[in-house]
Amino acid sequence: MSGSLPKTIAEKILSRVATRDAKAGDLVIVPVSRVMVHDSVIDAVIAGLRDLGRERVWDTTKVAVFVDHAAPAPTPVVADSHRVLREWVRAQGIATFYDAGEGVCHQIMVEEGYCEPGTVIVGSDSHSNSYGAVGAFGAGMGATDIAVALALGRTWLRVPESIKVTFTGKPRKGVTMKDAIMRVVREIGTDGARYACVEFHGAGSLPQGDRITLAGMTTEMGAKAGIVVATPEAPNWLFPDRGAAYANEVTVDLSALEPQIAVPPRVDQVVDVSAAVGQPIDVVFLGSCTNGRLVDMRQAAAVLRGRRISPEVRLEVVPSSRRQYEDAMADGTLLSLSAAGAVIGSSGCGPCLGRTGGVLAGQEICLSTANRNYRGRMGSADASIFIGSPYVAAVAALTGVIDDPRPYLEASDAEFDDLVARRRAERAGRGAASVRSGDRSRELMVAAARSGVAAEIDD
Amino acid sequence: MARAWLFGDDLDTDQIVPGRYAPFMVGQDKFHTYAFCDARPEFAKAVRPGDVLVGGENFGCGSSREYAVAALAKHGIGGIVAKSFARIFFRNCINLGIPVLESDDALTVVHDGDAVTLDLSAGLLRAPAGDVRLRPLAPFAQEILAAGGVVAYLREHGDFPPVA
Repeated sequence: MSGSLPKTIAEKILSRVATRDAKAGDLVIVPVSRVMVHDSVIDAVIAGLRDLGRERVWDTTKVAVFVDHAAPAPTPVVADSHRVLREWVRAQGIATFYDAGEGVCHQIMVEEGYCEPGTVIVGSDSHSNSYGAVGAFGAGMGATDIAVALALGRTWLRVPESIKVTFTGKPRKGVTMKDAIMRVVREIGTDGARYACVEFHGAGSLPQGDRITLAGMTTEMGAKAGIVVATPEAPNWLFPDRGAAYANEVTVDLSALEPQIAVPPRVDQVVDVSAAVGQPIDVVFLGSCTNGRLVDMRQAAAVLRGRRISPEVRLEVVPSSRRQYEDAMADGTLLSLSAAGAVIGSSGCGPCLGRTGGVLAGQEICLSTANRNYRGRMGSADASIFIGSPYVAAVAALTGVIDDPRPYLEASDAEFDDLVARRRAERAGRGAASVRSGDRSRELMVAAARSGVAAEIDD
Repeated sequence: MARAWLFGDDLDTDQIVPGRYAPFMVGQDKFHTYAFCDARPEFAKAVRPGDVLVGGENFGCGSSREYAVAALAKHGIGGIVAKSFARIFFRNCINLGIPVLESDDALTVVHDGDAVTLDLSAGLLRAPAGDVRLRPLAPFAQEILAAGGVVAYLREHGDFPPVA
């Protein structure tokens, strides 16, 4: 390709797979290295294949199927759909199948090594951009596009323009890459990267989980793909050329970054946390492909310090995969979150899209670590969803309001308890205080032991 | 005569069909009856085949759920005219045979409830207050739409339309 113009990373990948010199704006037909399908669209995908007159997928070894969007099945209708999915997987002979409880498709696709850097992967989910965490061109598509890709092993793409996002500096304690990407969404807006590829510079050496947070959230700017440059997984040809043309460039100084909050009902309605302090919260969701990993659960546990969350707040923690779940179990993080009052859900999408787990009632206000706060996203259309980092989520669970997590991480134990007590006192009465199960039986056992009566309560 | 239904910027697919009313939650025969159930509760009962949706920027953003488009197809929507479309939604519409056309002016010329005519061959949306010019689609997309969607196209031709 000597003599061609300098290429963005998207142009480089698409030129390579299309075996022609492709530049932004060109239409290309390209092979896909893998197709990802999940439970939420399987009926339409199977119908699409049938309508195409193609009963078999083009290559059973390149198809990955997941049951994660409403899993385990919450209703008989969903259960029937899952049964149809399993029958289809068996009939096709697809080995890469992850049933309910294994985790969110995107987390597994990346952490289990299904995303080959420098290739095109299409998924039946809008957050398939996540595969750019390891340098793959991941694009979300609808069921019929997915059926066509399953039948042909190819898809059509318009080569996207690229937006260059550069991170400089290191975030201060209590500030995460979730805050960084929300800062970018604030800058670019929900459609500022429409049809484009967001190319991340200065993020290649971050942990894989942080890179998934970045790449996956590019969907919220309308992007076709989000690709992190210079990751450890990238082959040596996979880099944007010096002098490549970008439609827009954004630089974020991480060292000056405040925790960020997306205010309902828009993901790009983002403010510094200081502008949202005191906002009452009823429900906290810690999970999703954006922030459901061990590191996220550890950050929440670090804020909680073994204290109980507000008795009037419900905290639901949904690890993003069985591996993340087991790692958090093994190191005690899940136990400490449960002891704090969290409900631990089985790995999967959980309540992120309002189909299973703790869906929201009308008037309820949620702080979610996920990626969308549209009206009706997590249940009732009259619920509100704020989005923040796992640190912010933990503080909201602890106090019942949004607050800057940084003082909580720095405070002495006495200062910490004072901070929590003050915030809880400011919060107007909402919901009802829940007793934590286990408390009474333990008290009874202690009382029984004191009075010398043998305790049989534990049986 | 077709009726125009007006929407604003950033209409997301959760507004078109909320996730809780996905076909696999409520059944293949019912999900379309929840179209716009939160945003415009009267829509599903009042919409007629051929009606045209008119929107602003980033129409159809959010989830990749094709059933949002499938719900509109089941209602026989004649086309969607917006300032711009979210990319997955755009593809889904082409694939399912719903014309999606960009126009900067439609939202200012057309009023909700107007009687309109979508004239694809002339590239116009005809409304009481005047004609709105529509940006032509790429030939690739036009060929797929002309066949009635990508499934019909592939059944007939066996492969994608040629790219330039």
